[in-house]
Amino acid sequence: MTQPRPTGKTVPLLRIVGLRKSFGPVEVLRDVSLVVETGQVTCIVGPSGSGKSTLLRCLNRLEVPDGGAIYLDGLLVGVTEKNGRLYEMSPKALATQRQAMGMVFQGFHLFPHMTALENIIEAPITVKKQPREEAIRSARELLRKVGLTEKADAYPQQLSGGQQQRVAIARSLAMQPKLMLFDEPTSALDPELVGEVLAVMKQLAQEGTTMVVVTHEMSFARDVANQVVFMDGGVIVESGPPAEVLSHPRHARTRTFLARVVS
Amino acid sequence: MAMDAHDVAVTKPIPLRHPWRWAGGALLIGLAAAFVQLLVFNANMQWGVVGAYLFDGEILAGLGRTLLLTALAMIIGLAVGMLLAVMRLSDNPVFQAASWAWIWFFRGVPPLVQLIFWYNLALLIPRIGIGIPFGRAFVSWDTNVLITPFSAAILGLSLTESAYAAEMIRAGIKAISTGQSEAAASLGMSRIQALRRIILPQALRILIPPIGNDTISMLKFTSLVSVLALPDLLYSAQMIYSRTYQTIPLLIVVTIWYLVLSTALTFMEHYIEHAMAVGRTAPARLVPRTSWWRLARA
Repeated sequence: MTQPRPTGKTVPLLRIVGLRKSFGPVEVLRDVSLVVETGQVTCIVGPSGSGKSTLLRCLNRLEVPDGGAIYLDGLLVGVTEKNGRLYEMSPKALATQRQAMGMVFQGFHLFPHMTALENIIEAPITVKKQPREEAIRSARELLRKVGLTEKADAYPQQLSGGQQQRVAIARSLAMQPKLMLFDEPTSALDPELVGEVLAVMKQLAQEGTTMVVVTHEMSFARDVANQVVFMDGGVIVESGPPAEVLSHPRHARTRTFLARVVS
Repeated sequence: MAMDAHDVAVTKPIPLRHPWRWAGGALLIGLAAAFVQLLVFNANMQWGVVGAYLFDGEILAGLGRTLLLTALAMIIGLAVGMLLAVMRLSDNPVFQAASWAWIWFFRGVPPLVQLIFWYNLALLIPRIGIGIPFGRAFVSWDTNVLITPFSAAILGLSLTESAYAAEMIRAGIKAISTGQSEAAASLGMSRIQALRRIILPQALRILIPPIGNDTISMLKFTSLVSVLALPDLLYSAQMIYSRTYQTIPLLIVVTIWYLVLSTALTFMEHYIEHAMAVGRTAPARLVPRTSWWRLARA
C-alpha cells in the first residue's frame, strides 16, 4: 500500500463517495455518499430492501461494490491506486484492512464449536499472532465489559440470543477495530433480550467507539446517534442529527416511514 | 344407554387391540427358530472346523492385511478427497474441471475393474518416470517393480474412495452456513485460516457418520483384492478351502470376522461422534445415548 496519507488537514475516519451496487437488474445502491467522523455513531434507518445492509456489507467488502469509493482513514478500501489506475487488492491486503472494521451480524454467527472465550481469542491468535496468554487476558476483560464474565466457558448453544450477540460484539472488539459495523444487531432477538445488547452498544458509544449501525430501534437512534441516515430505494433520502431527521423530517418518505415504525 | 359427560370424563377407554402385531410377531419368531435350527443343528455347518480355523495363523495374517488395506485406502482416499473437494469449491475453473473429471472417472469405473487395470499397468506404461511431457525423463522406474498386488490394491481402492470422499467433504463444507465464512472474513482471517480453523472442524463433525459408513464399506470392498491373489482375509480362507474342501465352514470364519470388524467400526464411529459433539449441541455428558449404546455400556 503505497498511498500516502493526505497531510495537513484531518481526514474523516470513513468517507463513502458515489457508491453503486446492483444484484442482477436490481439497483440496490444508487450513488450513496456519506461521511463518518471518528468517535461518531451513525444510525442507518429505512424500510427493508432500502439497501442499508448492502451498504454496510460493501464497507468491509463482503459485497463488492460496482462503483464508487470507500476511504477508511484516508485509504481506499479493497482497491489500490497506482499511476492513475485502480487495482483490486490481494486477499491478504484486504484481510488486513478488514481487521480495522469489526462487524456484528443479525444472526450472531458465533463459531459453534468454540466456547465464548475461544470465539474471542481466535482471531487475535491466528490473525494477529498475539500470545495466547495475552489474548485470554484481553478476552476476559472484554467479557467483563459485555457483562458475561461467568459465561467464558459456555458454548454458543448454551447462551441466549442476547448473550450470543454480546459475545459477538466482544469478538469483534478483540481485534481493536477503528470502526464497528452493526447489521441489525437486535432484529433476531426476542423483545426482552434487545435491551441488554443495546445497553452494551450504548456503553461503547459513550467510550467513543466509532460505530455505523443499521437498525430498526428508533429510540436507540434518537438517544445515541450523532447522525441519522434515512435510506429508501437505494439512496440516502436525508441525513442529519437525530433531532432533525427523526423529529422534524423534511421529506415525505421519511415521515411516512417514521409514522409506520413509531406507531 | 348413553354415558353422560361426567361418566365419560372419569372412565378410562379400553385400549385398541392389535391382533396383526401378534400374528406378525408369531410368524417372525417361527422363522427365527427355523434359522437357529439351520445354523446350529445342520451338520454341514461343521462348527468344529469353524472353531479350529477362527484363530488360525493364516486367517489372522489375512485379517491383518484386510485391516491394513482398509486403513491405508481410507487415509489416502480421504486426503485426496479433501484436496479434490477444496479444488472443486475453488474459484479456479481449471481446478474445478480437473476435480470434476477425476470424480467422474473414479466414481464411474467399478473398483474391481480398476484393481485389474492397475495391476496390469506395465502393459500400458512399461516405465514410470518424472520429466518433461514429450521430453526427456530425469528419473524412471520399471512399472513391474512399482506395481505389486499390494500397491495395485491400494491404488484401486483409495482412488475410488477419493472420488466418494470428495463429494462427501464438499457437501459437508457447503453445509456450514456462509455466515461462518463471513464472520471469519470480517475478523480479518484469510480463506485458508477460515477453512482450517472455522469451516473444516465443523464440517468434520457432520462428516463423521458418512466417513464411518465409508470405512465399513471399504472393509468389505477390500475382499475384491482376492482377484490379485493378495492374501487378505477372504483369499486366505479361499487358499485353505481349496486344499481342504471345507468351503462353508471357512466362509463362516470369514463372515464372523467381517461382522466383528464392522461392529467394532460402528462402535468406534458412535464413540467419536459423541466425543466430538461438544459445543455443537450440548456437553458430551448431556448427549442422549441411543438405546443400543446404553445396552453396550451395561
